[in-house]
Amino acid sequence: MPFTPNIQAFCCHYTSQQTLAEGPEGLLADGFPKSVTIHRLACTGKLEVSTLLKAFEDGADGVYVAGCPADKCHNLMGSQRAAKRVGAIKKALAELGVEPERIAMYHLERGFHPDFVKVAQEMDERITTLGPSPFQGGTK
Amino acid sequence: MIIAERKPLNEIMDMVKDAKRILVLGCRGCVTICSAGGEREVEILASLIRLGKQKAGQEVTTIEATLVRQCDKEYIDSIDQWDGQYDAIVSMACGVGVNFIANLHPMAKVYPGVNTSSFGGSAEQGVWSEQCAGCGNCILHLTGGLCPVARCAKSLMNGPCGGSVDGRCEINKDVPCIWQSIHDKMVRIDNAAGLAAIAPIRDWSTSGHGGPRKTVRNDLTV
Repeated sequence: MPFTPNIQAFCCHYTSQQTLAEGPEGLLADGFPKSVTIHRLACTGKLEVSTLLKAFEDGADGVYVAGCPADKCHNLMGSQRAAKRVGAIKKALAELGVEPERIAMYHLERGFHPDFVKVAQEMDERITTLGPSPFQGGTK
Repeated sequence: MIIAERKPLNEIMDMVKDAKRILVLGCRGCVTICSAGGEREVEILASLIRLGKQKAGQEVTTIEATLVRQCDKEYIDSIDQWDGQYDAIVSMACGVGVNFIANLHPMAKVYPGVNTSSFGGSAEQGVWSEQCAGCGNCILHLTGGLCPVARCAKSLMNGPCGGSVDGRCEINKDVPCIWQSIHDKMVRIDNAAGLAAIAPIRDWSTSGHGGPRKTVRNDLTV
């Protein structure tokens, strides 16, 4: 049975400007996978660990965060903070016997950039390969 | 304050493997300050427990709550409001909280969510360092305010061991030799002569070697 992953992306305002300019249709035309749902934030530094965990609880097979380049964050250190929280979740996933690759942090250039689509495709491919989230038990 | 850090998740999951309803109980005291067991950490641990149980195909519900403190009977009594709603409590307070719940709720299964590490303070953001061993017999007035019991790897009472190099402890070059620091401090406060005094053989009974310690203030008892 073909598997369409449920991927939740948390992106800061600056790295996700493409979503505003192109709209959903434009992004799809660029090759942005349908499996990815984008949540736009003022800054990824505001992300709580519990918000990312909740995404898994709500059925995500994969989660990623896209924030500014680590040394060029619009809000100075926001994306570095987010990266640390993603790192903490990777550790917790490993402790629970779940692939840490199901969550990722990406540091992307601000504004329009092909990498915004590329990382979404990368996560789509990775999570499709990993298969459904082990957190879903027998429900999937 | 008391410093703690969350236990490895698989240890916690093993503790609660038979529980279907779990009260994850934080503390607004020290463990909130050192980001180990406050409201935010309760939320995270409860989520991780639910995910772990989901992965194992087991049902679970969690109650997330945080008490003002877990080292006072008055606050522990408020656990009564969840009577009958949980099979196990995971306390994210220091070990004192776990003990208090175990004392006051003889039938409750209470498990520690954190490892209680030391008495310390914030060295910098996200870093805490041990400063006091709670040994019950302070000699800080003799050592420039710096504690050789807690901060010397060997708890030496009469100067350095001889293993330090360039003022760093031989156990780890990141740790200052506290006796070097004591010496420097005593010189700075013009009390180097005080270092010549020989500390008598110490009575360690106040340090827990005499059994559980108890403090009674008759002026406060009723």
